This record gives sequence, structure tokens and C-alpha cells, in this order.
Amino acid sequence: MKLYELGIAEAQEGLAKGDFSSAELTQAIIDRYHAENEKIGAYLTFDEEGALAAARAADERRRSFDHSTIRPVDHFFGVPIAIKDLINVKGQPCTCASKILAGYVSPYDATVIRNLKANGFIPAGRVNMDEFAMGSSTENSGLGVTRNPYDLARVPGGSSGGSAAAVGGNLCIAALGTDTGGSIRQPASFCNCVGVKPSYGRVSRYGVTAFASSLDQVGPMTKSVTDAAILLKALAGHDEMDGTTPPEPVPDYVAALDGATLKGVRIGLPKEYFAVTGLDPEVKRLTDAAIRACEAAGAELVEVSLPHTEYAMAVYYIIAPAEASANLARFDGVRYGHRSAAAKDVYSLYTKSRAEGFGPEVKRRIIMGTYVLSSGYYDAYYGKAQKVRTLIKRDFDAAFAQVDALLTPCAPTPAFPFGAHQDPLTMYLNDLYTIPSALAGVCAASVPAGFTNERLPVGVQFICGGFEEAKLLRISKAFEETQK
Amino acid sequence: MKIDVAYVAELARLELTDEEKAVFQPQLENIVRYVEKISSVDVSGVEPMMHGRPLVNAFREDVVRASLPAEVALANAPKRVGDEFLLPKIVEGAES
Repeated sequence: MKLYELGIAEAQEGLAKGDFSSAELTQAIIDRYHAENEKIGAYLTFDEEGALAAARAADERRRSFDHSTIRPVDHFFGVPIAIKDLINVKGQPCTCASKILAGYVSPYDATVIRNLKANGFIPAGRVNMDEFAMGSSTENSGLGVTRNPYDLARVPGGSSGGSAAAVGGNLCIAALGTDTGGSIRQPASFCNCVGVKPSYGRVSRYGVTAFASSLDQVGPMTKSVTDAAILLKALAGHDEMDGTTPPEPVPDYVAALDGATLKGVRIGLPKEYFAVTGLDPEVKRLTDAAIRACEAAGAELVEVSLPHTEYAMAVYYIIAPAEASANLARFDGVRYGHRSAAAKDVYSLYTKSRAEGFGPEVKRRIIMGTYVLSSGYYDAYYGKAQKVRTLIKRDFDAAFAQVDALLTPCAPTPAFPFGAHQDPLTMYLNDLYTIPSALAGVCAASVPAGFTNERLPVGVQFICGGFEEAKLLRISKAFEETQK
Repeated sequence: MKIDVAYVAELARLELTDEEKAVFQPQLENIVRYVEKISSVDVSGVEPMMHGRPLVNAFREDVVRASLPAEVALANAPKRVGDEFLLPKIVEGAES
């Protein structure tokens, strides 16, 4: 096995045994980046010198430890990680794949980056995304094209498409993504990765450029469920810089995987998700096979109902643009980012800097969000959407009173060709399976479930209740075992 | 549903070209038509959900701590003078 093919657990084991050094591992990723990135376009930039310096320091630190007393999973000295380009890493660019932030250099580390560094991970490269995380194909990036490593004529999904392409194409050991309405899970499905969207509040958002603040979460995108558990354990926890992170203890997600089984697990199949028209027949075939695999492994299948599912997309496309329009007001050409050379006064400095800096989808969502929040429309749109969101949340509460987890398709199709969805609304419909759980604030994962007859990967989605990541990872791990 | 795209863009401090307005107009009206399906949902007596999780106030100790040094905070400024961001003049007749 090549070093760049390793996941976190395997890399750590090799480092602990002295099979290779962190510098060698990091160099292998850098070499792979040079060989493959021009073709795949996963990374926007790569901090080669910084990553190698951190790797050499990690090698030094490891030499000074007594390995007889430290289990491999306790420390992850010097494992390079790809970072979605909206998470601040001190001294590195952070552009959110937008021209408006071209040249921006982060003055501080996001909390998730501090946590990664404290656990021996190296934030090594910046990976592409839909501009400001708005999109489902990474085609909305203002800075570059990312291709699906399984078929270069197809998109990697989005918005965390660079993260997924880097993991799926073995251009990194693991990656961080963010998920607002499906932006970790759908690209994970398209690129054969494990992707976990933690419950809202489980992971700090401090230092992560805000899209829709009541929905955004950072999560792991990895080559295995075990790696996702390792990374989530490092990321999760209370942060006094993010008031939405409760001080609830973080379980040992890695230890929770011991003896993972589907025996006796009650898995709910939401009937509304399977009644959707437009579900690709190959995705349906693989989802049905996943359901049968769970049953064969001892799970008990239960049909459940989430009656407000059909309103989730509408609720999301009110709430997310509304919050985005407020969050993106900070990009005004005053303190950082692009400033128009044509500005004559402060008003035109705002309007022209924003016109020149933002791409079309971001502009569309800012206008949509401003519209639904504007005088006379607030109650009918934003206010009403927040109430329907309560009903969606109650659907999930009722379902989780009956079952341990839900199993659903992750995306209605496998990866699609570039340019397939020209109309914004049909692109939005890509997220219909991932949006309801995002609105409910619960945790969910996409786990690889095989390949279509065109050799495209497809993931299935497991959903568990709020702060039940340990259970979610255990079930995902047991399912992963059935796929071997 | 007719959206005054030019007016809303002005509220959002976003300059649009005529071409952008012509493209966005039908797209936005299509999206608004779609999201209006929530109008039929009965939400009488239902509390709005503001966040992904019920929130209570999050307090921390009110202690002085270091913030970003001015030099670091200004490092990404498009234009600056000394320790300040430089902008076009705001008040008519004032020194810029």
C-alpha cells in the first residue's frame, strides 16, 4: 500500500511502529498533490513548507515519547489533513473559494484547527468548495474546477467537493468539510468517502466562515468510519468562543466502536423518503441492498413516517439564504477582501465591491435572503419557515422514540456530469434527503454502499438523534463491515 | 409573484447588471413559488425553531484578555492609514 492511500488509523499505526516518519508521510501526500492535483483540482493551495516543518517537529516529539505506555489511538503525531477553504488556519489563505476573499490570509486559528493541532494533526492544504458553501457540485467555486476522482467528466458533489475529491482520490489522509444542508454527506456519497455531519452544537463554529448560522457544522470526511471517529473525537466539544456548543462531555467515539454490531438495532425506514420520484434506479438498488445487508446482520427494520418531509426543502431555501444574506453583509470592501477600484463613495464601495467579488449563486441567495427578510414578507416566509422547522424537528423526535437510527438514500443520484443542472432549483433538489436532518439539528453520516453499473460510488445515509454520534458511528461501523 | 429584484439588490448593497437582473428575475420567482408551499401548513400554536438546538444564555467570566494586535487585524485591509481603515469620505465637505 502506498503511503498516500493510508487512512488516519493506519498512518498512526505505521508512525507508532516506526515504519515511516511523519515527514515521509507528508512528503508522500505532497508528491501525490504534484502528480494528481492538476487533473483533479481538489486543492486550491498547499502549504508544503509549513506541513513539512510541522511533520519534522512531530517526528521529533514522537522520538521523545515512551511508546510502551501510549496506545496508537492516543496520539496522532504528524498526520496531514486537507482543510475546506472556509476554515481559518493562521498564516494560510482562507478564501471560501470566492474572488471577494482573494489574497486573504487568516490572522488566527479556528477552534477546530486548534483542536486538530493539539491532537497532532497538520492542517496542510486548502481544498476547493462551492463559493461560501452554496452549491451541490463545487461548480460554484470562483477559483477552480474540481473533478470527481472516479470519473473526471463528473462533479465531486458539494459544497465540500474538494474535501471529498481529496479523500476519494487519495490526495490526503483525511479532510474536514462543513455541512449546512448536506455539504459533507452528498459529496462523500459521490466520492466513496465516509462523511459525518455532527449534531448542531457538537463542534465549534468559531473561525469557520458563517453561511447559515443555525445549521452550519464542521465534520470529518475520511476513508473509514474508524477515521471519522478519531477525527470527530478531536473536533468535538464545548468552546467558550461559540455559545451554541453545550458543555456536554465528548464520549470516546473510538472506544465506542469496539464490538460494533447491527444485532438488535432498530433501523427506521422513513416511508416519505422512498416515495420520492426521481430516485435513480441504481441508487435505489444499492439502498435496497444496504437495507437487506443490515437485516442480514441482525437489524430490525421498522417503517416510520416523517410527515413534514415535503416541506423541508422549502423551509431550508428560506432559512439558509436569509441567514446567509445577514452573514455575508460583512463582505463590504472595508476591513478585508476585495475593494472595487471604481468606488467613488462609501455606498458604491459596498455595492461595487460586492458586485465584483461574489459569483452568481451567492448573489442569488443574498437577494433571496434579503427578500424573505424584507418588510412585509418576514412573517410569511422566515417566521413561518421557523415554525414549520419545529414540526420537522418533532417528526424526528417521534421517529427516534421508536428506532435507533434512520436509513435513507444520501443523494437521489450518483455523481452527475458537469453542467447537468443549469436551473438553480433543480440543483437544490439534490439535497432533499440531507436537508430535513440538518434542519432538525440531529447527526447523520454517509457511508459507502457500493458502485452503480457505471462504476460510480454511492453512499447511504444513517441518521441518529441529537448528540448520539457514538451510536451513529457504531451503526455506521457495523454497516461498513457488511460491505467488506 | 413579482419580485422587484433591483429594489431588493439595493437593500442588499449589491450592484447588478441589467443582464443579471434579467437572469435572476425568473429564477428567483421560480424559487419563491416553490418555497410558498409552506403557506398551506397549519402552524397554529407552534413555536418557531430559531436554532439547531434549544439555546439558553451562554455566559463566560467577564475578564480582560488579549485581542488581535492592531497590526494583525489590519494586515488584510484593502487600504489603511496608520492604525485605521481608509475609506472614501462619508460626509460632504469633510476632509477625506
